[in-house]
Amino acid sequence: MPELIAKSALHGQAPKVALGTTLSEGVVEKMVSVAPYPGRGAAVDAVLGALGLRFPAAGEAVAAGDVRLIWVGRGMAFLLGADAPAGLAEHAALTDQADGWAVLRIAGPVAVDALMRPFPVDLRAAAFPVGKVARVPLNHMQAVLCRTGEDAFEIMVFRSMARTAWHEIAEAMDVLEARARAS
Amino acid sequence: MRINCPLCGTRDRREFYYYGAEDYLDRPAPEAPAQAWDDYLHNRDNPAGVTRDLWYHDLGCSSWLVVTRNTVTHEILAVEAVADRKGGAA
Ligand SMILES: [Zn+2]
Repeated sequence: MPELIAKSALHGQAPKVALGTTLSEGVVEKMVSVAPYPGRGAAVDAVLGALGLRFPAAGEAVAAGDVRLIWVGRGMAFLLGADAPAGLAEHAALTDQADGWAVLRIAGPVAVDALMRPFPVDLRAAAFPVGKVARVPLNHMQAVLCRTGEDAFEIMVFRSMARTAWHEIAEAMDVLEARARAS
Repeated sequence: MRINCPLCGTRDRREFYYYGAEDYLDRPAPEAPAQAWDDYLHNRDNPAGVTRDLWYHDLGCSSWLVVTRNTVTHEILAVEAVADRKGGAA
């Protein structure tokens, strides 16, 4: 079989900076969905425990070093940064998702303001603390939104939506920048 | 109109897909009489007031929900995940 050239969804896209806030493409080399079979919660946690992880509760992300497990919906989480541990396939449906999603990162002082335009959720720290994850639409796109730091978020969308997602967030940053300049 | 998803919290109604009456949860046995299948597939009440129907959180967590709502006031009275009902799938 020929060797294909792997390219990320936003290959070649330069980061965008506005008001000290940077939008950039994130790279996820390993992403596996984990959907425990009915009644196997304890067995799944036992296997994940070897990585220092457990299956996340709704809206939660758990991490052990660079390996993360983030909730992405009813009965499903994404394992990021590692292959599925041995034995997990006996207790959960595992599907490689790495080619199916695009990851965007935004970090900086206006990240919250920019994201609260296209995402219809309260992203203030009290309502959406570091480590929180939500399935929430980015305008009309299905998305996963994760707060990775005080001023930092990770956004996942289906790969085919990557440029639209970039456009929506970049536009929100432009509006904030124009408003700051006018005031 | 907002629906309080048990997993996601209160979200705009546009995040949800409307499926139909709660009756779809009570599928008759294969050998049930024709009348039971007729009721299941076709016959629906159309109340001016409280009704219960199925919604899917398709821009959210992918939960199927039973929503109790008032068709006159548009008030959402209760939301319950189908999976959390007794006998529901995990
Ligand atoms: Zn939900």
